[in-house]
Amino acid sequence: MGKKMSGASSLVQSLESAGVDVMFGIPGGAILPAYDPIFDSSIRHILVRHEQGAGHAATGYAQVTGRVGVCIATSGPGATNLVTPLADAAMDSVPMVAITGQVPSNAIGTDAFQEADIRGITMPFTKHNYLVTDPDQIPRAIAEAFYIASSGRPGPVLVDIAKDALQKETDFNWPKELSLPGYRPQLEPVNQSILDAAALIAQSSKPVLYVGGGAIKANASKELLQLAELLGVPVVTTLMARGAFPDSHPLHYGMPGMHGTVGAVTALQKSDLLITLGARFDDRVTGKLSTFAVNAKVIHADIDPAEIGKNRFADVPVVGDLKRTIAALIPAVKAEFAKKAPDYSAWNASMNKLRETYPLGYDLPKDGSLSPQYVIERLSALTGPEAIYVAGVGQHQMWASQFVKYENPRTWLNSGGLGTMGYAVPAAMGAKVGAPDTPVWAIDGDGCFQMTNQELVTCALNNIPIKVAIINNESLGMVRQWQTLFYEGRYSNTNLESKRVPDFVKLADAMGCIGLTCDRPEDVDSIIKKANSINDQPVVVDFRVFKDAMVWPMVAAGTSNDDIMIAREMAPDWDSQEL
Amino acid sequence: MSKHTLAVLVENSPGVLARVAGLFSRRAYNIDSLAVGPTENPAISRMTIVINVESHSLEQVIRQLDKLVNVIHIAELKPEESVQAELILVKISATSKNRFDVDAVLETYDAVIVDESSETLTIEATGDGAKISDLLNALERFGIRELAQSGLVGIERGSRSLAERTLSVQSIPTAESGQADYQN
Repeated sequence: MGKKMSGASSLVQSLESAGVDVMFGIPGGAILPAYDPIFDSSIRHILVRHEQGAGHAATGYAQVTGRVGVCIATSGPGATNLVTPLADAAMDSVPMVAITGQVPSNAIGTDAFQEADIRGITMPFTKHNYLVTDPDQIPRAIAEAFYIASSGRPGPVLVDIAKDALQKETDFNWPKELSLPGYRPQLEPVNQSILDAAALIAQSSKPVLYVGGGAIKANASKELLQLAELLGVPVVTTLMARGAFPDSHPLHYGMPGMHGTVGAVTALQKSDLLITLGARFDDRVTGKLSTFAVNAKVIHADIDPAEIGKNRFADVPVVGDLKRTIAALIPAVKAEFAKKAPDYSAWNASMNKLRETYPLGYDLPKDGSLSPQYVIERLSALTGPEAIYVAGVGQHQMWASQFVKYENPRTWLNSGGLGTMGYAVPAAMGAKVGAPDTPVWAIDGDGCFQMTNQELVTCALNNIPIKVAIINNESLGMVRQWQTLFYEGRYSNTNLESKRVPDFVKLADAMGCIGLTCDRPEDVDSIIKKANSINDQPVVVDFRVFKDAMVWPMVAAGTSNDDIMIAREMAPDWDSQEL
Repeated sequence: MSKHTLAVLVENSPGVLARVAGLFSRRAYNIDSLAVGPTENPAISRMTIVINVESHSLEQVIRQLDKLVNVIHIAELKPEESVQAELILVKISATSKNRFDVDAVLETYDAVIVDESSETLTIEATGDGAKISDLLNALERFGIRELAQSGLVGIERGSRSLAERTLSVQSIPTAESGQADYQN
């Protein structure tokens, strides 16, 4: 027999038993019983200003620490406000547990006040979810939720608990073991697939390591570095994998995809073997799928068997934990190389030449105004690769992925799959809670910032001193860029006028933050240094940048990666390259 | 497009049908029929799902289905290695005048009359898809007033059972306190 207590106390004890040290949330009617024991709990509860903020904060915390992020909300609108962060976490494979209150079980299905079928709503984008109406089931549901969220391919799990289950008396019994007959993540790769992969690598002459976010989830950076140096071939890191492999490494070609480097995009395109490690052939990487890397065979290593062959046929599938997979691959490749040493020199030479010819770059605005790329480049140079950078979605996100120099995993957070505008401020808050001694910079757009900036109040009141660089081009910049390129410059509803309203400095001040502003290139360094020197309060810097800067290179949506443009109407000079 | 029959063992828990149906809908898989019922084990239900896919994506359907935590086991039932049947209840127009003709059809297809009125007969029949479709064609000329058709159910031939393969389930130790590192 366990200890007698309320379902609510059982929930809080379960969360403590699951190792939760912090959670982000807002109370309300249906979840209210749980907030009474939370008051006495060892778990730090951070009272946010909007449930979406709680969800993204949980994601930010999880991305930085590798632990499960936790958010909590009430029924109905509280729960539906978590929908976007749950979908976001599902797309980016973030381990997260969301707890929601539900109306009492006898009211379920009656359209009761603040009733929403959150389990039904979130089925498509949770890894699993629960509706608990029996208080005795609370510990088991919580234990399973944490196991499912954090094992295999990580993802969000929602536990919806009826109010009466929180109120009734129950025995607290933390389960000693779980039985999930339908859930068996395969961690250990099959040896034959490792041998097949090594043989394919030895036969190839133009291999590329195509590294995705799975490398970060699996904590496989060390093994990845060893494998890359053993092979000595180009490495590309996707948007979700920035930081998995050091940007300073000579084998690193940067990011592939729609706004990838010419080197990374072309290395994939011309390759004869994609060594795919925890990546999923997303359309933003492949461009038009039928024209993607047409001469390449594919080794596809992923912990999720459903990713294998989803978008691209895999010649050698390897299902397993990526850290173990790469660790197993290294000796297998060495054994192959001992039989016959590979010669990748011609491949490396041609890719190197391409990379040197087409480095990432940008033009400074002719009118002398502030370049957004320059701001981000200086932010990275002055803050360094030990800091954490969190972006929203749009032009500033792409520039932050291109011009911040990443050396370490878990230092770059963004909403890659879902593309959630407004991700940055709350995710940075969660990141700072997870890594309180590390500087955390949110690099945000003026559009994104106006979606979720209310969480700066939470930061100011809870000693979470994040820094926010608003890349203020007074417009929905990426949409505007597409309007420039594909809609004849007809700027329908993309002008936010955010250099006029709101006054970001006053807004920051009103929310208990330090507000700074910068619109001259010569002030950038001193203002960043000033922001970096403030560690007891959140800082918001309004960088008022050139409105018409565009993100380059670019592969237009739906077109082939072969048609990459390095600037408007300017393709690389392929004729001068020997590929 | 080709048809495949999947036998899917799922946990007998609330919402599992919605999870499976939702998966097929959101991934744009074409579902021909779906039948659910209890099994010899009260904790497990069995779904028989007939899907219409390009052969290369059958694997994808199975893998996505297998990601659902409540889905325990999936097996493809190949027609030559399984017994498959569906049930129909069909109400046809029938009078004493054509009763003799109706009886001849029923005998051919091993169908039985389960209800009758002065103008109608209700017929019950079971069989695989081809037999049922032939029977319906044969009944057409009498006038079909109403048709209720179950989804297909199927079972593998031979002595083995799907459930046997699901019994060897390992339990997972939980962390006493502190977050367990389940990855490594």
